[in-house]
Amino acid sequence: MADTILTAEIVSQVKDVINEKLINDNVQTVLVIDGAGNILAHCGEDTNGLDAISLAALTAANFGATSQIAKLIGENDFSLLYHKGEKANIHFARLSGEMILVSIFGDDVSLGLVRVRVEELAVLIQKIFEG
Amino acid sequence: MALIDLGKKEVHCKIVYYGAGRCGKTTNLLYIYNAMSDNDRGKMLTIDTKGDRTLFFDLLPLNLGKISGFDIRIQLYTVPGQVMYEATRKLVLKGVDGLVFVADPLKVRQERNIESLNDLKRNVADHGLDLAEMPLVLQYNKRDLVNTPVPTLTVEELEYDLNREYQVPGFEAIATKGDGVFETLKEISKRTVNYVANKHLFNG
Repeated sequence: MADTILTAEIVSQVKDVINEKLINDNVQTVLVIDGAGNILAHCGEDTNGLDAISLAALTAANFGATSQIAKLIGENDFSLLYHKGEKANIHFARLSGEMILVSIFGDDVSLGLVRVRVEELAVLIQKIFEG
Repeated sequence: MALIDLGKKEVHCKIVYYGAGRCGKTTNLLYIYNAMSDNDRGKMLTIDTKGDRTLFFDLLPLNLGKISGFDIRIQLYTVPGQVMYEATRKLVLKGVDGLVFVADPLKVRQERNIESLNDLKRNVADHGLDLAEMPLVLQYNKRDLVNTPVPTLTVEELEYDLNREYQVPGFEAIATKGDGVFETLKEISKRTVNYVANKHLFNG
């Protein structure tokens, strides 16, 4: 796993596409993290004083654990995870380069919209990181 | 893997405390957490079982000041020490930049220390890393047991068992009282930041 070097330009471009695709449609918070649990980009609001560092670390570990579960049932990996709460929901999707996109949203946003937009974002973010 | 954010001028490094079960990894993090000011530490996250043993990992984010204009942010992790949690240990090691190996001085744990160090070597190798080339510090914990009737290993024996291959600094510690905790942290932070900085910041 190589070290990641982020430039202000990359972060700004990633934030722009996330704002356009998710935040403008009422998704509360979006994080892009790497496989080690580092936060690469953070968009939207910090709902309920969100502890983004812990969320990123747990997400990376959770993805690692579920990819082992995937192997136990003959899958290579699970590309997305979704948890539904009473008021808040969280959607995790694997992007290229071992990055993970985390979206937190309320009941006013449909899961279908998030899934479609996350798929579009996966392509856009990959292009930004590849320059 | 370190993260270097040129926009915010921040360097993020991951340091993992490794060692056999009950050697005092979480105790190190708890002491650091309690001793540091709110400005320099983040929230400590622990996931443990009812018996206080780490199930997944502990996480403590710290701010360690500036080097060459870059804010240094360190995330300290522990792993679950019990043999059966090997898969979890491997997950936590993903992207590691520096390592502290905490050794238990009890004579009955001599083999477990050696097994745990070998397990560490194997697990970092699975991530494509060579332990001998990584920032590494040893900590000989629970030195307060030396003056009790419990049979313990001398520092020389621990050095022979664990450090003859790596020849890295080893610190005597009593993590419950804080002795040696910050010495260990200081040395591994220095080594890790130098390692990352030399790779990226000073060599263009």
